[in-house]
Amino acid sequence: MENIVFLIFIFVIAAFLGVELISKVPSQLHTPLMSGTNAISGITIVGALAVCAVQATGTLGMILSFLAVIFAAINVVGGYLITDRMLRMFRKKEDRK
Amino acid sequence: MLINLAYIVACVLFIIGIKRLNKVKTARQGNFISSLGMLIAVVAVLCEKDVAASWNTSDWMQNGYLWCFISIVIGSAVGVIWAKRVKMTGMPELVALFNGFGGLASLLVALSEFLKDPEGSDLVSAVSIGLTILIGAITFTGSVLAWAKLAEKITGRAILFKGQKPINLLLILVSLSAIVIYVIPGIDVYVKTVMVITLTALALILGFTAVLPIGGGDMPVVISLLNSFSGLAASMAGFIISNTVLIVAGCLVGASGVVLTLIMCKAMNRSISNLLFSGFGASESSSGKKGPQAEPKAISVEDAYLILEAAQSVVFIPGYGMAVAQAQHVVKELASKLEQNGAEVSFAIHPVAGRMPGHMNVLLAEADIPYEQLKTMEETNPIMPAQDVAIVIGANDVVNPAAETEPSSPIYGMPIIKAYEAKTVFVLKRGKGKGFSGIENELFHMGNTLMIYGDAKATISSLTGEFNTD
Repeated sequence: MENIVFLIFIFVIAAFLGVELISKVPSQLHTPLMSGTNAISGITIVGALAVCAVQATGTLGMILSFLAVIFAAINVVGGYLITDRMLRMFRKKEDRK
Repeated sequence: MLINLAYIVACVLFIIGIKRLNKVKTARQGNFISSLGMLIAVVAVLCEKDVAASWNTSDWMQNGYLWCFISIVIGSAVGVIWAKRVKMTGMPELVALFNGFGGLASLLVALSEFLKDPEGSDLVSAVSIGLTILIGAITFTGSVLAWAKLAEKITGRAILFKGQKPINLLLILVSLSAIVIYVIPGIDVYVKTVMVITLTALALILGFTAVLPIGGGDMPVVISLLNSFSGLAASMAGFIISNTVLIVAGCLVGASGVVLTLIMCKAMNRSISNLLFSGFGASESSSGKKGPQAEPKAISVEDAYLILEAAQSVVFIPGYGMAVAQAQHVVKELASKLEQNGAEVSFAIHPVAGRMPGHMNVLLAEADIPYEQLKTMEETNPIMPAQDVAIVIGANDVVNPAAETEPSSPIYGMPIIKAYEAKTVFVLKRGKGKGFSGIENELFHMGNTLMIYGDAKATISSLTGEFNTD
């Protein structure tokens, strides 16, 4: 019971922190922000890996968690790369040759 | 112990990363820092004792560790190829699709956790499994549908069917009841399994039916909301396995998605419930029926050039049409010509122009336009009367004066870029039809507005050409 209260506590604090962090982002950066946070939501890969490795319950569970890691990895790797591609294009006038 | 410390480091890196995304200067570095956090989290979980122990399984078919690596390699390879190959104009739909994959991954994690322990002996993780399935499944099918709409695999317009609202409500209620029955301790495993299967199926359907009635112009809001959902799904998955890094990172994303959603809603002067349940693009407009209006005046490229040549200040107002015509590069050329000609050039960007938040900024940045020239609606409107020419490229609703003057209009109350206040307005438009939302635009009928019909890219190229032949 204590454990779950602690986890909910973390959840609530993180929610407030998230709102604080994002409220200050200028509108021109909204797309990279969304795509960047989208990549972070691929953190579920950690859960997927934990399940995939310790999955001792037969084929179905194994296949599901295997697929979970694949999709999460696409989300993470693709998400970060595409965000980087976008951000590379934002340049100031003097930066351009 | 060490692993938990690594998770804390990962969380801190995510927070610093998001913070750095606040400014253009530091944004790229921020994204890198956050990816570093992800790497640390992944390495840490692979070092966890029971995870690492799976390496010692003698039968390689049962060796979870091996499968982990194989799946990471496959997923990363697909991600790299996709992210490298997509064109900048295809960005919104790819982000939507990646988002859906995140939701799907969380859904699959929950399902295989369920298989591990179908009795659901731990109440907390049973509730979390139920919620993860619900949110993850909605995120998945909702995002896939958003992707299909954005990529124009199906019509981007709102699709409405009879009884949509009651059906969605029913789906939500039945899904929630399925979760409740599933978590009740002591219920037969067979019943629990049926409940989880029902829940998964219904939540998948719900994702479709919820996004179906949302039209193309409202996509920025939907994508933000789905982004929030994918974070929440990851966070709920964190509760299943009591993993703090999942909870924190997922919740940060969830919160950021909600903030973005509210910003988008505010920019359209609509509430979330109104947006989700009304089917914007489907509502037929009543305006335009109030008596005869002046016929829009058309102008040729040559005449438009003469006006542009004399202009001291020019503001471009891009919309989704510019993305469709892929006109951002020719716009940049024209902007350079105008600057060489002594005019002051800026770009006015409405918060919901395009199909995702900040869509126009990314496209114009791709065309190498310095971001100092990109102005927000609030920056542009006060100086609009001083602008000699406003060039509207493929934008419609965001410059429609009906939002200010016509209470019966569906977009009434939405803040707009006041293009009509400029001395002369050019509207680049493919044909004489109505815009995406099907709303008549008074701007086209105004005395200072001149229409240039034709493909936006071709029109701007020939305008640039006129400057060259000089």
